[in-house]
Amino acid sequence: MTERTPGFATLAIHAGAQPDPTTGARATPIYQTTSFVFDDVDHAASLFGLQAFGNIYTRIGNPTCAVLEERVAALEGGTAGLAVASGHAAQVLVMHALMTPGDEFVASKKLYGGSINQFNHSYKNFGWNVVWADPDDIASFERAITPKTKAIFIESIANPGGVITDIEAISNVARRAGVPLVVDNTLATPYLCRPIDHGADVVVHSLTKFLGGHGNSIGGLIVDAGTFNWSREGRYPMLSEPRPEYQGIVLHETFGNFAFAIACRVLGLRDLGPALSPFNAFMILTGIETLPLRMQRHCDNAMAVAEWLANHNKVAWVSYPGLSGDRYHNLARKYAPKGAGAVFTFGLKGGYEAGVKLVSNVKLFSHLANIGDTRSLIIHPASTTHRQLSDAQKTQAGAGPDVVRLSIGIEDKDDIIVDLEQALVG
Amino acid sequence: MNHDTYSDQYIRGILNTVKTIAMVGVSPRENRPSYFAFKYLLERGYRVIPVNPGQAGKDILGQKVYATLADIPEPVDMVDIFRASQFAAAVVDEALALAPRPRVIWMQLGVRDDAAAARAEAAGVKVVMNRCPKIEYGRLSSEISWIGVNSRTLSSRRAPLLGKGVQRMSLDRQTTGGGSTGASERAAREQE
Repeated sequence: MTERTPGFATLAIHAGAQPDPTTGARATPIYQTTSFVFDDVDHAASLFGLQAFGNIYTRIGNPTCAVLEERVAALEGGTAGLAVASGHAAQVLVMHALMTPGDEFVASKKLYGGSINQFNHSYKNFGWNVVWADPDDIASFERAITPKTKAIFIESIANPGGVITDIEAISNVARRAGVPLVVDNTLATPYLCRPIDHGADVVVHSLTKFLGGHGNSIGGLIVDAGTFNWSREGRYPMLSEPRPEYQGIVLHETFGNFAFAIACRVLGLRDLGPALSPFNAFMILTGIETLPLRMQRHCDNAMAVAEWLANHNKVAWVSYPGLSGDRYHNLARKYAPKGAGAVFTFGLKGGYEAGVKLVSNVKLFSHLANIGDTRSLIIHPASTTHRQLSDAQKTQAGAGPDVVRLSIGIEDKDDIIVDLEQALVG
Repeated sequence: MNHDTYSDQYIRGILNTVKTIAMVGVSPRENRPSYFAFKYLLERGYRVIPVNPGQAGKDILGQKVYATLADIPEPVDMVDIFRASQFAAAVVDEALALAPRPRVIWMQLGVRDDAAAARAEAAGVKVVMNRCPKIEYGRLSSEISWIGVNSRTLSSRRAPLLGKGVQRMSLDRQTTGGGSTGASERAAREQE
């Protein structure tokens, strides 16, 4: 009786998009407008009261952004999505829906540095307290749970250094604690790993990286897995209590298995305001159409470069879970069997000076602070993003003086290797 | 039939052919899910008749409220049950006692009674359980896509507009299956 579920590549092109109902435009139009006219007064009232689906104002929703939302939700196997201005904004809106002042959440300490900053510092102003746990020691998550814990936050493949997190093991901790598991799936993308299949309740993305994939647009996205029972214990009042913002509506009861995405939209995005530009949504949508092709090429190139570096006499170590000797290799085979991503670090025997020399000598690699571009990218964290830290702090953050981070692009792999070779020996 | 999943064709066939819906358990309060669904279906052109003994004789959105299904003085194509599962069987039996019988009995999201469903099906009545007609209409017409919901449909055909206005879409849309939401469905079964 059920319709066939299309494959990933088909969804990457078609999910959420259909020919424009009024013009027949086949590509998704850029609805570059702040506002949308109402059919009549009753229609306006229904929209504002959340009683009808539709468009009001681009800070709350926009038809171009909506295609992106449905596209990523479908690729992740979730019930709904919400596109926002950046990955950072996505994290703020998720926590805004879950936390009240004085609450705690447990986060993996192997996270993107920007997330560590956001959780350690800016969240303090909201009274949201992060408790760090070690993804290499699952029991540390268990120990970090208290009666105030409202969520667990991890990254599937952690930036910068090829750490694969055991999502299923941590989802079991979350289930026992009765809290949702939030997974940042930016580095893996749903092509390599679908955290919802392994127990995630919410997925967040920086679309800026591999999903957009061309280094041209900042964006973020929240996916609701539709798996968490927000009303069971009444610990999530944004979802389970009558909302004064909307004449007493209870969001979970009204919107069922996509209530979390609605809460992030109508309570978070509406009032905090980090809306995504429709133009950026269009650029990112265009990128997603080729995600399966690009991601496989990224991974194949990264594997070739990692193997080549591992045998290089100027290289001390390579941290890439695709390599058979890597400590995360078995987890990579379980969670990202098609490839271990395209961002990894390696260490130079020549230390800090060798790192500076390498980034100064590259001609094809771009020396910059992004990842997940068609172009190959390189950064020496000790002399750039982590410059202000002491040597001990740098090493703890995985940014010791000898560390170089690569984001391998989709150029010809021989050209990538030739550029690294000339820069290493030059 | 299997009531864990329904094909889009089955649901569309029902929503595209019923015209008069008796909705049992509609609340007159604007913030209740039943009011949402009632108002939405009215705005999509269905004749929706509210049934609620506590509101009998009053109006909800201009529609006269009846105390019971038997009080409705005209035939209904579909009975939509907005009551908790333990009350569903009694409503199903009232619906099956109507003459003429409704063609469809629909139980809302979270409402399910397999034994009552089997009685209805034995009488030749189509049954839908644990679904919301508003969400299903929104999904199959593509309206729900405007709020980022995974409609689980794909289409290379232009979606037709419904009547006047620009933000109302018709159910006469050709689709194939889209992205599945298996994790959510498994979780719902575990939570039952």
